[in-house]
Amino acid sequence: MKPPAFDYHAPATLDEALTLASQLGPDAKFIAGGQSLMPMLNFRLLRPSHLIDLNGIAVLAYLRVEAGELQIGAMTRHREVELSPIVREGWPLISECMPFVAHVQIRNRGTLGGSISHADPAAELPAVMTALEAKFVLQSSRATRTVTANDFFVGTLTTAAEPEELLTEIRVPALPQSTGWAFDELSRRHGDFALAGAAALVLLTPQGRIEWARLAFTGLGERPARARRTEEALRGQVPTEDIVRAAAEHSISDLAPESDLHASADYRRDIAKVIARRTLLRAIERSRAALQ
Amino acid sequence: MNKRKVRLEINGIQYEGEAEPRRLLSDFIREDLGLHGTHVGCEHGVCGACTIQWDGKAVRSCLALAVQANGARLRTVEGLAPNQDDLHPIQQAFTEMHALQCGFCTPGILMTAQALLRDNPQPSEAEIRDGLSGNLCRCTGYQNIVKAVLLAAEKLAQK
Repeated sequence: MKPPAFDYHAPATLDEALTLASQLGPDAKFIAGGQSLMPMLNFRLLRPSHLIDLNGIAVLAYLRVEAGELQIGAMTRHREVELSPIVREGWPLISECMPFVAHVQIRNRGTLGGSISHADPAAELPAVMTALEAKFVLQSSRATRTVTANDFFVGTLTTAAEPEELLTEIRVPALPQSTGWAFDELSRRHGDFALAGAAALVLLTPQGRIEWARLAFTGLGERPARARRTEEALRGQVPTEDIVRAAAEHSISDLAPESDLHASADYRRDIAKVIARRTLLRAIERSRAALQ
Repeated sequence: MNKRKVRLEINGIQYEGEAEPRRLLSDFIREDLGLHGTHVGCEHGVCGACTIQWDGKAVRSCLALAVQANGARLRTVEGLAPNQDDLHPIQQAFTEMHALQCGFCTPGILMTAQALLRDNPQPSEAEIRDGLSGNLCRCTGYQNIVKAVLLAAEKLAQK
């Protein structure tokens, strides 16, 4: 189908974009890469009166490290992040999840800010950013604030950002050198949204005990979910496959996945356990390798 | 809504047209500029038939607005063949390997494959399958398409 009629604005600066957003009110939508918004417009699931195009604001596309923190401008394209040596070196969890994000044609145009702001419950980046305990900078014409990933994702396609606020920067804290990582998901076809997926981070002590573990799921609820019970069960353990398997069993006790066309809730729970175990084991292995 | 002027370069040629803000780039290319090589399938970014290159990158033209392409440099399937009589090596490989039946998906696959081979001139079969995973073909299956891209890589290496 074709999008409904709207008025189009192409600001050249961030200030201009934010001023437009405050003037036009909640009936205006920002458009970044458009890889989620355009299908919604084509299906007429959304009928905004105004689109504010961010593609002309070149200063919103960057990758940099400041004081150990990775800072990603909201208009940075997926593909650029996927291929970035800086990201691969310091935040390999992000690099590992990227090939799972749709297809290369989508990643060529889609942006990190767009994906995160869209907050699809089955998307990869919200779970990865939740595991990384990233922070998001939200700007409006009146104020700037920083929100944690945990507070940002509120529900299905719903975030803590007000309509006139724009996510302008993603800040990912540095991880200890020997942190192990893994992302994996199961989908019906390559590039489809995940039935279930998980991002894991594990830091081992030099003695081989788990100092901390983080596990975040995608596709298993309205928002990315940290598996706190699993994380707690692993803390201080010398991990064996049995210990990880048992901890992964806990991971889904707080989740309430839904049944849909693609998979039943029970099936989703089953594969979540498997993916939790696999990602945790791989992250442990990588932390161990880094310590040697 | 008021129409806006859209000036852009496609396959090295300057074009100018007018488009409502809601005009999809795919429709603008086909209907307004008359370049019918780019096909339109699902219009929600799933099938890949409308894939074109924007600054050399394969993208879905159904997921962009014509007004966004003002000033852009695009390449469509019409820009592949060097002249009226000869095919591009990738097109030649598709013919030789019978990599199409109805041909509806072919323009999108060619534009994806060209960008893939430019960035990775000697791809493995797995890399080709991954690279083409965003393009659906509903008649041939993918065996011959993958073979054709492998053959195209050979042809391009010999050039």
